[in-house]
Amino acid sequence: MIKIVGLHKSFGSTPVLRGVDLEVRRGETMVVIGQSGSGKSVLIKHLIGLLKPDRGEIYVDGIEISRLRGDALQKVTRKFGMLFQGAALFDSLTVGQNVRFGLERYTSYTSDEMDRIVADCLAKVGLRGVERLMPHELSGGMKKRVGLARAIAYSPDIMLYDEPSTGIDPIRADAINDLINVMKTELRVTSVVITHDMVSSYKVADRIAMLYDGRIIEIGTPREIQNSGNPVVQQFIRGEAEGPIKIF
Amino acid sequence: MPFFPRPRHTIMFLEQLGEVGILVGRTLRNIFRRRWERGMLIQQLEEIGVRSLPVVLLTAAFGGLVFGLQTYIGFHRYIGPGSEVYTGPIISLGLSKELIPLLVAVMVSGRVGSAMAAQIGTMKITEQIDALFSLGADPVRYLVAPRTVASVVMVPCLTMVGDLMGMVAGYFYIVIAMGVNRHVYLQNTMLYLELWDVATGLIKAAVFGAVIAIIGCWQGLKTRGGAEGVGRATTRTVVISSITILILNFFLSKALPASLGLK
Repeated sequence: MIKIVGLHKSFGSTPVLRGVDLEVRRGETMVVIGQSGSGKSVLIKHLIGLLKPDRGEIYVDGIEISRLRGDALQKVTRKFGMLFQGAALFDSLTVGQNVRFGLERYTSYTSDEMDRIVADCLAKVGLRGVERLMPHELSGGMKKRVGLARAIAYSPDIMLYDEPSTGIDPIRADAINDLINVMKTELRVTSVVITHDMVSSYKVADRIAMLYDGRIIEIGTPREIQNSGNPVVQQFIRGEAEGPIKIF
Repeated sequence: MPFFPRPRHTIMFLEQLGEVGILVGRTLRNIFRRRWERGMLIQQLEEIGVRSLPVVLLTAAFGGLVFGLQTYIGFHRYIGPGSEVYTGPIISLGLSKELIPLLVAVMVSGRVGSAMAAQIGTMKITEQIDALFSLGADPVRYLVAPRTVASVVMVPCLTMVGDLMGMVAGYFYIVIAMGVNRHVYLQNTMLYLELWDVATGLIKAAVFGAVIAIIGCWQGLKTRGGAEGVGRATTRTVVISSITILILNFFLSKALPASLGLK
């Protein structure tokens, strides 16, 4: 479904991605783990066309998307729904207008149908009757859930989650993890989750890939990752300050 | 040591000019595409036009008063007592061609241009611009094009209202406060003020409107680095757009014909 081949990206003279190879199968949840600043967000933004690679290719359903522009690119982005780290709700629009936003641009539903879909999507994430609220009236967890409702409203094939559990308490983080699993089972979407939260990773992942030093250094099921012989992977999943990963 | 721009600064300047050029091109392309963001356009027309009206009226009123005051003093001192009845056309011409378009543009740049930079800049650092893109909305079409159209439409409208207010204030100072003959003042004004004088100011105002929106949006879209970055973007917007407006004003005044003989 998604295939990344030899992806390179630098910002100025700083290389961030140095040859990432990754394949995500249809219907699976792939979790990409890595330290803060390791390039996980940069990787996910390439998938949706927000960033263009310096070198390398990205295939979505067999189409190479990294050189696409305009309408051709929009056709591909239509397949993706993205939950942003801080939810990225439009703060000048109500919750209802936020959730409708993608529907108005990607679909040709009538206004009444859109209202019904908005209510359905909000109900799916456990929110009812919040359509008229403004984003600043919501808690952090509610914002993430509205962000998720907005992302699933137009029924994307692929969901991208950027640090879904960051910035919220462990209970709400677990509720978001449950929602990610529900999206997978009920909507049968392919998911790419980037996180450094191992509890969340084990709960939602079919496979886990570790991004380190600009490359994917290990990939496998949660059990395989837990049993990995790679000291870098072991240091990261155990959250130890001492080890081959130098933090200072 | 003589002043020469350093190569690094020249390259940076040309890069920034290129960025603005690309943004202008993309904005024009989006303006002439069929699907408009109507809701956003109406919101911006209100924000730029209706909400700027009080500040424009106040500025134009005092601009007209002070222009009347100085013109009165000038005529009285250099031409002689009694010549003040001829101040009408000078005040109206100066206000409609130069002072009001400039004052309105600088006020709108401070009020609206900086707000555009702050709003878009905040959207940039909170990933809302990325979210727009992921939800099928081109940020230039959704954010920049409606603001530019609204600004190009509303700054001339505000200027027209400002012209009227300024002329009324000038009339008030010369005729009511200083006791100059009302009939002769108005007669002279009607005789010498051309429709083209007012049109010149409105053409300039439309250009200034485009400058304010493009610079505000450009600075907003290139915001980096949190709240500090947003603050920098708003300050730069006001400084760059004010300077650009003042420079452009001279060249537009020079380029536009002084008279077309239209009454």
